Amino acid sequence: MERMQEVVGRARAAFNSGRCRSLEFRMQQLKALERMVQEKEEEILAAIKADLHKVGHNAYSHEILGVLGELALAMDKLPSWAAPQPVKKNLLTMRDEAYICLEPLGVVLIIGAWNYPFVLIMQPLIGAIAAGNAVVVKPSEISENTARMVADLLPQYLDRELYPVVTGGVPETTELLTQRFDHILYTGNSTVGKIVMAAAAKHLTPVTLELGGKSPCYIDKDCDLAVACRRITWGKYMNCGQTCIAPDYIICDPSIQSKVVENIKATLQEFYGEDVKSSPDYERIINKHHFRRVLGLLEGQKIAHGGEADEASCFIAPTILTDVSPESKVMEEEIFGPVLPILTVKSVDEAIEFINRREKPLALYVFSNNKKLIKRVISETSSGGVTGNDVIMHFFLSTLPFGGVGNSGMGAYHGKHSFETFSHRRSCLIKDLKMEGTNKLRYPPSSQKKVGWAKFFLLKRFNKGRIGLFILALLGIVAAVVIKVSFG
Amino acid sequence: QPLFEAEFSEILLCKNELHETLNNLSHWMKDEHVHKNLVTRLDSAFIRKDPYGVVLIIAPWNYPIHLLLVPLIGAIAAGNCVVIKPSEITKNSETLVAEVLPGYLDNDCFAVVTAGVQETTRLLENKFDYIFFTGTSCSPSVGRIVMTAAAKHLTPVTLELGGKNPCYVSDTCDVQNVARRVAWGRFFNAGQTCIAPDYVLCSAAMQENLLPALHKAITDFYGPNPRESPDFGRIMGDKQFQRVQALLRSGRVVIGGQTDAEERYIAPTVLVDLQPSDPIMQEEIFGPILPIVIVANVDEAIDFINSRERPLVVYAFSSDDKVVNQVLERTSSGGFCGNDTLMHVTLTSLPFGGIGNSGLGKYHGKFTFDTFTHHRGCLHRNMGLEALNALRYPPYSQQKLGIIRVASEVKRKDACTLL
Repeated sequence: MERMQEVVGRARAAFNSGRCRSLEFRMQQLKALERMVQEKEEEILAAIKADLHKVGHNAYSHEILGVLGELALAMDKLPSWAAPQPVKKNLLTMRDEAYICLEPLGVVLIIGAWNYPFVLIMQPLIGAIAAGNAVVVKPSEISENTARMVADLLPQYLDRELYPVVTGGVPETTELLTQRFDHILYTGNSTVGKIVMAAAAKHLTPVTLELGGKSPCYIDKDCDLAVACRRITWGKYMNCGQTCIAPDYIICDPSIQSKVVENIKATLQEFYGEDVKSSPDYERIINKHHFRRVLGLLEGQKIAHGGEADEASCFIAPTILTDVSPESKVMEEEIFGPVLPILTVKSVDEAIEFINRREKPLALYVFSNNKKLIKRVISETSSGGVTGNDVIMHFFLSTLPFGGVGNSGMGAYHGKHSFETFSHRRSCLIKDLKMEGTNKLRYPPSSQKKVGWAKFFLLKRFNKGRIGLFILALLGIVAAVVIKVSFG
Repeated sequence: QPLFEAEFSEILLCKNELHETLNNLSHWMKDEHVHKNLVTRLDSAFIRKDPYGVVLIIAPWNYPIHLLLVPLIGAIAAGNCVVIKPSEITKNSETLVAEVLPGYLDNDCFAVVTAGVQETTRLLENKFDYIFFTGTSCSPSVGRIVMTAAAKHLTPVTLELGGKNPCYVSDTCDVQNVARRVAWGRFFNAGQTCIAPDYVLCSAAMQENLLPALHKAITDFYGPNPRESPDFGRIMGDKQFQRVQALLRSGRVVIGGQTDAEERYIAPTVLVDLQPSDPIMQEEIFGPILPIVIVANVDEAIDFINSRERPLVVYAFSSDDKVVNQVLERTSSGGFCGNDTLMHVTLTSLPFGGIGNSGLGKYHGKFTFDTFTHHRGCLHRNMGLEALNALRYPPYSQQKLGIIRVASEVKRKDACTLL
């Protein structure tokens, strides 16, 4: 296992050499990544298909389009993101330079997940490179084709010492986590999230944990059910339900439950045809272990639709469960599969209470024509993010920070938030070595008079606005002179 | 703590934070609307500022009121309930906080817990939604304990720790001004300040000039016998006194060096002839001792700084801007202050925090509010215009993909993702 120490050590030495700090270098690496995605599109799609049975168009939309968008954004905005930010000064620091410097953290570790194996490595990687760090990339070994592809391709396009790819399973990852990093971004489940954070704690390494949970989906009686169910069907069954922000379960009034089922069934027909198994657009469960896990959740449940499964191909049909009990197994863990339980509640109050009794989810969905109701659900619950009247879509707006809260994670990224996650905001105050006069009021020996002046200079009793600032400046100069005279 | 220092750090700076927060809270709390892409153009997209829930604030003994109140202000502003744990070492402040706070704040939402090390360990077994910990010297190890406890519940943390803050003094500078500013920062609160300049790096020639200047500054500040000055503090507790006193054995005393165990007095002291391996160079001093380490030039100073753990702050003194900027650009630290000490924390618009061993997270001003806020990405869409969504639904086709690709290529400059 000495290999891990070597790899990380090399990345650190490369970072310390300073070459990844210049904006030109970062842009060059980002451009290289863009070229890689464009030139090797076929290989990338083939790897994803091999792992998840995902057809090219789908894989492109889900994994490549987003990456190209993030790359374009980062390259466009990097100069402005990386520029020092001047800050508001007070009377005492009026003549000084005060700003926040955006600096790289050092060597960061990105651990990917298997469900969107390419984009969940690439999006953080883009932010980390843009912020000027060295990055150790650890794709998930469960999506083994994509892991191999990433390990093959990245070194062909990026600086090999600064951005090494490490492959392997649990033992390799455990060894990797004993090394010291300056930030770790992990995408996966809460159990491993705790292990990652505990390992990070040994080195006081900040972490971003993109975890999961059961994302609730509340459907109000007052809503266009056909539209709502079509959107929910899309979000639930994409990638065979293996999406961290998939609507995990539905809560609705008992009077609309059967209509919901009918609408979803109709949509499934539209999307995948009569025989889902032969639709090229329907994916598969990643492996036998998860296949058995998801199938197990169906035990003892009322299956309103679906339920067919084939272990050989890890196929599970889009399934709907009705009248599900909150205590059942399917309501205990994140489903991460094409099984949609429906629970009934008699009011939005009950729905809110139900949601709040459980761990905070990564996403929360609410469908209603009543804007006030949507606002209420958002205000009275907590979650990583929210989409109202649709599902998944808040993920695709990069100006929104994407991340969890509580059990669903900590920290956020996407767009500029990625850059900030992987940057250190260093406060800088540069004073003049002269102008010692005003300093005298803070030096001992002290006196009540000095305390009075200190109060004057520090307490912000003045309003903002041009005139206020001008008067403030004038008073400042007067004060400086008076102090020089009385204490000089 | 001398009255002026107490007034300055414990009261004035806290009032500043309160005013800043009260003036701006309604603005900070508002939903922050964000730029939308093509697909979401007709939707409402905003960042909601949610409280985390129940947060824990653990305060240290060196500025027992300030380091408790400033995080508390932000936690309350962000809408959380707070469990407050003042330091058990400063008994008077601890009692004051426990008695006074309940008289002013809601007793259900804000609780004060008085606890020693053992009880604090038990306290940390509970689930909190955020933990804010400020430590004093030796705090990296306690920081690790806090973060490990937090990991069990996936609780996010801010750790304000410490380190050895280097202070580089170049050959071109106004020596007397430098001496005054460095002495003030070092001996404030008898050196028990996490952002105090811990040690000086300078050339042998500069040391020659600096020593008499430091001597003058100390005499100007505290008189010929600092023990009699009402403006010079004492060490907090016997344990700390013994620890700091032991550090005097490194190098050679050129100024000060007197101690009195009964009063826990250690004179403002300057040491020279130090080796990087000396005990005083291995831990954060947190006392009124200023060691001077000789370096040949700014490059050697930068190498010296970079060979050690990243500190809470780096100081550089020079009348040559280029030198100050070099030190800034080639080192890494929580914060940086050129040509002065301590002052960067009086600006609430600058984020205050460490990096690496000196901590994680930041606060002061709006940054405190943000620390205790969960920034929740919200997208509120239209139920209508379903036709536009058709592009994303199966059955997938080359045609659909083609439209998507074209649409997003056109928008590449605006960095939009279309699905």
